[in-house]
Amino acid sequence: MTNFWWIIGGVLFALLNTAAGLIWVERRMLALWQDRYGPNRAGPFGLLVVLADTIKLFFKEDWIPPFADKVVFVFAPAVVMLSVLMSFVVMPFAPQIIVADLNIGLLFFLAMSSLGVYSVVLGGWASNNKYALLGAMRGASQMISYEVFMGLALMGVVVLSGSFNLREIVEAQKTVWFIVPQFIGFLIFLVAGVAETHRLPFDIPEAESELVAGFHSEYSGMKFGMFFIGEYLGITLISGMLVTLYFGGWLGPAFLPPVLWFVIKTFAFIMLFILFRASMPRPRYDQLMEYGWKVLFPLSILNLMVTAAIKLWLNT
Amino acid sequence: MLSLVRSMWLIFLHMFHKRETFQYPEQKAPLPARWRGRIALTRDPDGGERCVGCYLCAAACPVDCISLQATEDDSGRRYPEFFRINFSRCIFCGFCEEACPTYAIQLLPDYEMAEYNRQNLVYEKKDLLIDSEGKYPGYNYYNIAGMAIRGKDKGDAHQEEPPVDVKSLIP
Repeated sequence: MTNFWWIIGGVLFALLNTAAGLIWVERRMLALWQDRYGPNRAGPFGLLVVLADTIKLFFKEDWIPPFADKVVFVFAPAVVMLSVLMSFVVMPFAPQIIVADLNIGLLFFLAMSSLGVYSVVLGGWASNNKYALLGAMRGASQMISYEVFMGLALMGVVVLSGSFNLREIVEAQKTVWFIVPQFIGFLIFLVAGVAETHRLPFDIPEAESELVAGFHSEYSGMKFGMFFIGEYLGITLISGMLVTLYFGGWLGPAFLPPVLWFVIKTFAFIMLFILFRASMPRPRYDQLMEYGWKVLFPLSILNLMVTAAIKLWLNT
Repeated sequence: MLSLVRSMWLIFLHMFHKRETFQYPEQKAPLPARWRGRIALTRDPDGGERCVGCYLCAAACPVDCISLQATEDDSGRRYPEFFRINFSRCIFCGFCEEACPTYAIQLLPDYEMAEYNRQNLVYEKKDLLIDSEGKYPGYNYYNIAGMAIRGKDKGDAHQEEPPVDVKSLIP
């Protein structure tokens, strides 16, 4: 039982520190790709900028607009943190390091990441501000439409591994990682994952050039910090999921411990997310919807059907 | 779609490019010699003030940040009694330098003049005068102009003919 609490504590500690550290990583990497230096003054390599940011967020005035719906306004930022952290419950970091070895782990992940949209919608709604509301509406429709084929893309993995359990899915990749037979599914999940975390090519719920700051326009202080950290946790979650489902999770040559393989692979995907932000233009809202429903949705269904057909054909 | 992948690759390659940033306090940007920065009043080769208090700089200044009061010393040289530039107004256009007939007022390649207190941006004559001839070494207004001062009569200036008595009718 004590072991169990150690895992929970360790996972929480690692995740929250990763999310905070990503502030620095993202700024430095963006700067590197834009031929700048980024934060490099406070502490070694500017690492203390994380501390400075945190202190700033804590000491900012925690302001609730008088026109806002107070209860929901306070509640909304907590939802994103909670839902993302709950998703990590089923994430297998290594054979033994997994908080809950659920037999429906993948479904639990999908359910929890869908709950994350409530934070966007409630936050935008409670702000009682037209930009926030527009952002929230965009967020809701984006998440609903991208959630659909995110689930469908994952079904290809489920068909191949025959399990919803994430640990078993990883173990099913011992011979070949699912990136090879499920390349299309991987691409779809990657796109959907970026949309799910509303990261930069798909950050239209925030879209600072159109909507001020979208759904969190009215937030300040630590409530904004929750959205902020929630976004970085979301990146970590989607990167971890990509690794678990398509890149063999903790599997890797034996000279490194399994958990380190997981961390390395996840970190590579976090870098990819940051590269997306550095290089991609934001699509228009209708382009995003069109792309989702007219391209990715049929593609994901096709992928599922073809995968299932091949699996059946091989079994008989 | 392919163009997106291509732009991602190109941006990734920027990892290996040189960074454009100047690490400012340690590393300063190279300034061209004609950079219009801090304004200074220069001196002639003998160490005297070049400014003759003609007010042309104050008249040319589009933001009226120069104020001065001309006066004359006992040798007949004109000089500013006070000369004040309000750098919180100055736009560093360089019109004063262009207007100056004696090369006295000059803009130097120096921009590090930030202050915490706004009042400190008002520079008096003692702050503006520098012990240098600036961009025009060897130039001395009173040695070239025909104006008489003590120790230099009419006709004594550089390449100046002696004065002609216009009332004389002898050819």
